[in-house]
Amino acid sequence: MSYPFGFMDEYAKKEVRRGILKAIAIPGYQVPYSSREMPMGRGFGTGGLQLTLAAIGPNDTLKVIDQGSDDSVNAVNLRSFIEMTCPGIDTTASTEEADIIQSRHRIPEKPLSEDQLLVLQVPYPDALVVVEASEEKRKQMHSEADYSRLLVKLYEDIVKFGEITLSHRYPTRINGHYVIDPSPIPRWDVPRLHRAANLTLLGAGREKKIYAVPPYTAAEPLEFDDIPFRVEDFRDEHGHRRRCQRCSTDDSFLDEFINEEGDTVYQCSDSDYCNTRLLSASAIKERCLG
Amino acid sequence: MDKVLSVTGLGKCYGKGCPLCITATGPEHDTNLCPYCGTVVAAHDVSFDLHEGEILGIIGESGSGKSTAVKCLYFDDAPDSGEAVFHDGEQSHALFDLNAAQQRRLRNHRFSMVYQNPNLGLNFGISAGGNIAERLLMSDMLDYARIRKRVKELLSRTEVLPSRMDELPKNFSGGMQQRVQIAKALSTNPPLLFLDEVTTGLDLSVQAAILDLILEIQQELSTSMIVVTHDLGVIRSLTNRTLVMKYGRIIEAGLTDQVLEDPQHAYTQRLVASAL
Amino acid sequence: MNTHAILEVKNFSKLFFLHEQGKAIPSSHGVNIMVYPGKLTALTGPTGAGKSSVLNGIYRTYLPSSGEILYRRGNGEVIDLAMADEHSIIDLRRREIGFVTQFLRALPRQSTLDVVVQPLYRLGVDRQQARQQARDLLSALNLPERLWEISPATFSGGEKQRVNLARGLIAKPRLLLLDEPTASLDSNTAESVIDLLQQLKQQGIAMLAIFHHPELVTRLADEVVAIDSAAATENSIKENVL
Repeated sequence: MSYPFGFMDEYAKKEVRRGILKAIAIPGYQVPYSSREMPMGRGFGTGGLQLTLAAIGPNDTLKVIDQGSDDSVNAVNLRSFIEMTCPGIDTTASTEEADIIQSRHRIPEKPLSEDQLLVLQVPYPDALVVVEASEEKRKQMHSEADYSRLLVKLYEDIVKFGEITLSHRYPTRINGHYVIDPSPIPRWDVPRLHRAANLTLLGAGREKKIYAVPPYTAAEPLEFDDIPFRVEDFRDEHGHRRRCQRCSTDDSFLDEFINEEGDTVYQCSDSDYCNTRLLSASAIKERCLG
Repeated sequence: MDKVLSVTGLGKCYGKGCPLCITATGPEHDTNLCPYCGTVVAAHDVSFDLHEGEILGIIGESGSGKSTAVKCLYFDDAPDSGEAVFHDGEQSHALFDLNAAQQRRLRNHRFSMVYQNPNLGLNFGISAGGNIAERLLMSDMLDYARIRKRVKELLSRTEVLPSRMDELPKNFSGGMQQRVQIAKALSTNPPLLFLDEVTTGLDLSVQAAILDLILEIQQELSTSMIVVTHDLGVIRSLTNRTLVMKYGRIIEAGLTDQVLEDPQHAYTQRLVASAL
Repeated sequence: MNTHAILEVKNFSKLFFLHEQGKAIPSSHGVNIMVYPGKLTALTGPTGAGKSSVLNGIYRTYLPSSGEILYRRGNGEVIDLAMADEHSIIDLRRREIGFVTQFLRALPRQSTLDVVVQPLYRLGVDRQQARQQARDLLSALNLPERLWEISPATFSGGEKQRVNLARGLIAKPRLLLLDEPTASLDSNTAESVIDLLQQLKQQGIAMLAIFHHPELVTRLADEVVAIDSAAATENSIKENVL
């Protein structure tokens, strides 16, 4: 049995593309669509997958990452599925070379260009779900840009913990109106949505929603005037910025883990960024030595 | 004195309705339930004006329509007929012609309601201060320190210890919960405040203190208020004018001292006699 | 309306209809009164003649059954208090017409000073200034200073009466209705009240008063209106109503 290019039939792709166009036209607005069954469980990135399949063409180059890594099981599976169903496309691990980047939980460190498309996989599309159970009421609140209850949530956080403790899925206001759940990206990545040159599409397969942050569009985390939004702080106890133990960079989002000796170490979460740094470092070393 | 609100011919029925509903119900029929179709005529032809800085009382027993009238004005319910015009400075709003978003805007910014049941007016899942902060945040006050300061001021004003602002309202006594509700209602200095049986169910001494607080606030801020109650004492302590409602109709309206000293309608006479 | 008068009551009647008993109780009937600025009109008549009902009718605590109550406002406009809308009455009560009854109606928890100062607060007088005026007036009425910060609820009749007077007088109304203002006062205090009323007359305030002692009528009244017992006409009124 054979499948059409991109697995989905043309009607299904058209519907997704219409959703994408509407999502771009109304930045941050959650466009409902009839999320199709994919040959993998919902919750494994089927929302992002459908966006990628609807957007990709035979000459495109694709990169798929999960938590910044091209090699995690989920990324590998999605990539091989897309390769299998989209004959003629290229795949890459290089952020720079990719036309389309499908990602879960991270935005690549290297700023994307106008020619690139970032697709984010979304488990929970509605930022208001934590304060309002009724979808009807949430829609009303979105339409009136009434996010006071989300702000109360932040207020209560500061009252209890002295700071806003949200580590990811930080509510972010798009183009001055709709507040989105930017998917489980860390706070580190939120400012990098703001007026980015690339188009970012977000797809929730289970919740059947598509939304977008168009190029050069404002994406501002909810905050108080006197308590500005902060990204993760990677300073050690002496106030020094931690470095990646592998490539030594000090300007990327770091993952923390325990090595074989039982020590806590830090390493770039974005593996392509780390590799690129390593390569250029060794090139410099070679040039110096040679 | 300027008019803040004028209500004309407000009506609300629950049920499918029939041409006889209105003529077959009311005080003279001793029912608000239409004998032909079973519709409840909750309010019919309710008309009144409210002036700036005035406290108007609406008294009646349950089923008299007093709460229905206020619910319609606060957009908790939609009337079947009638008009209500809210005069807000230079602007006038025909309340029932506004779309839902405009109605919610007025409700969040220009009106306030203090409910008998604090559960309706407060979110018990967030702190007392958070409840008040919500209304301030709605009005685009986005400075955390300023919000905290304003919440403290409001709680001190309503005699709740500001040191308890970060506690959940469920830890508070009934009287304290009402004070938090009042603080929340006043946070945005609304020109129009609805009070629905705010002292019902509280201890007598607590009731008295809440009434005192409402009066003081009214004098300080000149807020126009509509007080719905079944308690003559509340009417006597708070209001300048009173409407008496029964079976969905206003059966008597007048200066509060006149309604209490020289009641005209048989029902009001009974009400006053039974309270003395 | 008489061009000199501030108040002209024409053919005023009040009867109460008690629905429960199906009875009409006449209180005042065919009363005519003139009140002038700077003068005191005394209302006399036997107990039950409906003197208090007349005052209550003018103040609109009672709804007049018939007749006219013409009042000349500060701005010269003449208004029929019997027909005036409630908001006009509220405004007049706030600015122009005061009523001192035999009974003190005050919130039980307010301090004496707060009770007395209320009318000034309502007029928007500066709080400090208003409180000073209240203190001055309470001193003038010989109310001991130790009582000022406590509620008048526990006061003796005479003390309550003075609080009541102070509250009625403080805003200097144009027309003052007085229902037995000295009824429960000792003679010293009664004298200070009489002095005060004399002063108010000199300041041009018009007064309509019911006095317990005929002697006060002689001393204070410029005009006297005697009204008969309304009970005498009870039957004819009843027939009209029923």
